[in-house]
Amino acid sequence: MSAESGHVVADGQATDVSVADVASAVRNGDRSASSIVEDHLSRIGELDDEIHAFTTVVADRAREAATVIDQKIESGEDPGPLAGVPVALKDNMCTRGVTTTCSSKMLEQWIPPYDATVVERLSAAGAIVVGKTNLDEFAMGSSTENSAFGPTRNPHDTDRVPGGSSGGSAAAVAAGFAPLSFGSDTGGSIRQPASLCGVVGMKPTYGRVSRYGLVAFASSLDQIGPFTRSVADAALAFDVIAGHDPRDATSIATAYEPVGPHLTDGVEGLRVGVISELCRQDLEGFEPAVVERTSRAAEALADAGAKVDEVSIPSVIAGLSAYYMIAPAEASSNLARYDGVRYGLRQPGQNTASMMAASRTAGFGDEVKRRIMLGTYALSAGYYDAFYGKAQRVRTIMIQEFEQVYQRFDVLLTPTSPCEAFRFGAKADPLTMYYNDVCTIPSNLTGQPAISVPYGTGAEGLPVGVQVLAPMLGESDLFRAAAVLERSLEGSVS
Amino acid sequence: MAKVAQLAMLELSDEELDRFTGQLDAVLDLGGRLDAFDVADVPPTAHPYGLTNVFRADTVENDDDVRAEALAAGPEIEDGRFKVPPALGEAL
Repeated sequence: MSAESGHVVADGQATDVSVADVASAVRNGDRSASSIVEDHLSRIGELDDEIHAFTTVVADRAREAATVIDQKIESGEDPGPLAGVPVALKDNMCTRGVTTTCSSKMLEQWIPPYDATVVERLSAAGAIVVGKTNLDEFAMGSSTENSAFGPTRNPHDTDRVPGGSSGGSAAAVAAGFAPLSFGSDTGGSIRQPASLCGVVGMKPTYGRVSRYGLVAFASSLDQIGPFTRSVADAALAFDVIAGHDPRDATSIATAYEPVGPHLTDGVEGLRVGVISELCRQDLEGFEPAVVERTSRAAEALADAGAKVDEVSIPSVIAGLSAYYMIAPAEASSNLARYDGVRYGLRQPGQNTASMMAASRTAGFGDEVKRRIMLGTYALSAGYYDAFYGKAQRVRTIMIQEFEQVYQRFDVLLTPTSPCEAFRFGAKADPLTMYYNDVCTIPSNLTGQPAISVPYGTGAEGLPVGVQVLAPMLGESDLFRAAAVLERSLEGSVS
Repeated sequence: MAKVAQLAMLELSDEELDRFTGQLDAVLDLGGRLDAFDVADVPPTAHPYGLTNVFRADTVENDDDVRAEALAAGPEIEDGRFKVPPALGEAL
């Protein structure tokens, strides 16, 4: 790309191809998996110095995997529904034999001895891993600025952040490095970067997708989901990774119904609620143009036959307060395992305790330390009930409020992020950064699924996403509404 | 704050302790907004779908020998074991 443009999006490039088209071209023998992979590796090679979406590119492994797919085609074997589809994985998902760094000095050299379930399912479906993507260290952040290996740049404007924490995965899809990537979403870490990078990003129902092999951040909130350039592609990917996994004790055993068949159902009669607390222009950090896009999305759904109304969910704003007690508390517990004994960075010490403290101090960055401190405090004797315990109870109140609202509505609508992509360093104060998550956090606390769909641009000409929320296991309605929103933009002036 | 850092096994400089204290106060203030809720009779949520006590049969399902791979990740290994500096005799 030219340095002055600062714009590296997939539009019209050789790698501007959908997941569905790649898979069908490879399955039909119109394209070889090898040639698809080469196209993408060459685009990564040309442009990722600028974007820095990847922490690791596994070119040789990708080529070998592509050869295997091509041999299957030749011998008449079924290569799987995602045959030859290049996929990028957030670098907190375990890949056997390939470093899984969490963008932390702590795990810079760590090579897992097993694959995450999601990685196994993708490989079995014929997808080809091309690399691991950058993130805010241990998925803590909303801009990818907290990566120990340097930030990722937004493909729409390289002076700006891609969002986070799955910023590398969002940027990889926006830039055309892969038509499909995966992230993890604890408080919005898939949906917010999807919004800022102009791609589709989806957080499934908690328990719908196995987290076996996902490096844990906040275990009662974490969920894995896809990034794609279209709603149909997200559905295709979701159908591959969803379903029960006995190796994840939080996995839901209810039989999985594919969402793909519902994409063309339309929204006639669908009851859509616009959450009034999150569509006000007087909330801290909310850009009027973003709220305006959400109103337009509501109109589009109404035009398509949905019954749209405003709805109030009073507890929704308190989500931020509950989240920033719960997530750091669980993180402080989960990250206690990094002690320099079995894996990860070790610094020398006179005795075991000083070795552990020295290793943790050298291995973790500022934001991780801040959250471990906060969580340790919130869980310490005498404070547990006031902070963590209280937050988990407010969480119950929020779930009850949402359940009541879902008796009158099928899906809900909000902005995804209160703002367009911001410049590097613009939200250096931690609290200002935390406010970014106000629209996305409720779905993590309730466990309910949500999707961000690109819906035009804001005041600065950068992508804006709208978010659709649905009740537990309500993914098919989520995708119905998302597909209609996507179609409503086609041919219209965004 | 120094006590919390010790519990978290982190060595923070005075400057870091100062900076974090201010930032954490701000987040705890945010958490204070939860006081507006009466939670006296509300149970806490741990799993949003309500799953509890998931068990599986105690059978070996994967007999891949990954011992060598797992050990390879250790910073210091001796005789197939993770090695650490002395753990007894000296307080931190």
